[in-house]
Amino acid sequence: MSKTPEKLINEKGLRLDGRKPDELRPVKIEVGVLSNADGSAYIEQGKSKILAAVYGPKEVHPRHLALPDRAVLRCRYHMAPFSVEQRKSPAPSRREMELSKVIREALEPAVFLEYYPRTSIDIFIEVLQADGGTRCAGITVASLALADAGVPMRDLVAACAAGKIDGKIVLDLTDTEDKNGEADLPVAMMPTAELITLLQMDGMLTTEEFEEALNVAVQGCKHIYEAQKEALKAKYIEIKEAVQE
Amino acid sequence: MPTFFEKRELVAPGDLLAEGDYIAGENTYKENNKIYATRIGLVEYENRKVSVVALKAFYVPRVGDIVIGKIVEVGVSGWSVDINSPYLALLKASDVMERTFNPRRDDLTSIYDVGDMIIAKITAYDRTHNPLLTVNEPGLGKITRGQIVRVTPAKIPRIIGRKGSMINMLKRETGCRITLGQNGLILISGRSLESERLAVMAIRKIEEESHTSGLTDRVAEMIRKEKERMKNE
Repeated sequence: MSKTPEKLINEKGLRLDGRKPDELRPVKIEVGVLSNADGSAYIEQGKSKILAAVYGPKEVHPRHLALPDRAVLRCRYHMAPFSVEQRKSPAPSRREMELSKVIREALEPAVFLEYYPRTSIDIFIEVLQADGGTRCAGITVASLALADAGVPMRDLVAACAAGKIDGKIVLDLTDTEDKNGEADLPVAMMPTAELITLLQMDGMLTTEEFEEALNVAVQGCKHIYEAQKEALKAKYIEIKEAVQE
Repeated sequence: MPTFFEKRELVAPGDLLAEGDYIAGENTYKENNKIYATRIGLVEYENRKVSVVALKAFYVPRVGDIVIGKIVEVGVSGWSVDINSPYLALLKASDVMERTFNPRRDDLTSIYDVGDMIIAKITAYDRTHNPLLTVNEPGLGKITRGQIVRVTPAKIPRIIGRKGSMINMLKRETGCRITLGQNGLILISGRSLESERLAVMAIRKIEEESHTSGLTDRVAEMIRKEKERMKNE
């Protein structure tokens, strides 16, 4: 698996895992998986597997971090030591700290923080298995966990990355594609209002390529958004159908 | 002025509920003349008001609410009470005592200790201060017997039912005394363990199926069947 392939896209225009350039990996989402958390969700996007839990709103500890006019949103993105091929130290790395911050900032605009002053809402994102796109999938699950906790939100936040491999713009990169490709462009957005809450870029793209990649990523986000809504409603629809039989 | 869902249809945060001259009710917000949901729940259209009955929410204190709480700290002049909400509630010692409270002489732990459960009423609350409780009314005070069930606070109105239809049926069928805390804690005390168990079961069923129709009849039927089964054993 660690061997680098020569070509990321074959003659038929398909990628290493057989996907078309603008195709997402299969997404499986479950909501309300943890009984001890106020809200939780789990996502499998290809081989990436991530669990998110939300606690709160609750009193802030330590006290001095509380804000008088709104709630504080705290976020921890963490990769399990067994989530990657080479064991990762469980201590938070620079990368994880940065991701915690950008994920928090991607979710903040969606939450009505001003409704619950002097409280905190804590989000824990645990990457159980990583195969690229974990920051995006992390945002996707975390917003579901927030909704499951009953935190009022403007919209769900859906996230998806686009990138460039072998000179072509593609959607939803895997780890190998990310490492051997030319560029990576993670995007998070609130699809109803079409507001982008996270936009990062790694690598080189021309202006035209950037625009194309952004459009592809936005389309990807909209697909993820549909899957999110379906997963959030699934539990309740199931009970309703079981009762009506 | 279109609306985009049927009455009592399931909606998620961000769903567009209505457009045009509508008023945003509970669990919704208005932007550019459009109304969106902020929580997962069932949408309601009443005249021009659009609201969402949440299926999952936490308790936000309201003055006058009866709540069930747990003492978590005994202070110098009162107690801190966990009322299952984002804010800890305060109960002052002077509220409990008939005479003036003297911190040197009076031992607060002999009245309520950490871990005790109490029924209380909220007397004051705004978002800048923690809620204040009182136990100085009949029916309030320390809980000495019974079982406590925890449900999501959004479902308390469903457990009460229209004009109390559900809760009255529960009390009648199980013979238990049921005290509802608006914060999602419910105290059940009956003559026997079986009747309490039955009430707990019924409440769990209501919580799970709160978004379906004809629930009161189904719960009543379940209780009757269970009673029948217990009699035969």
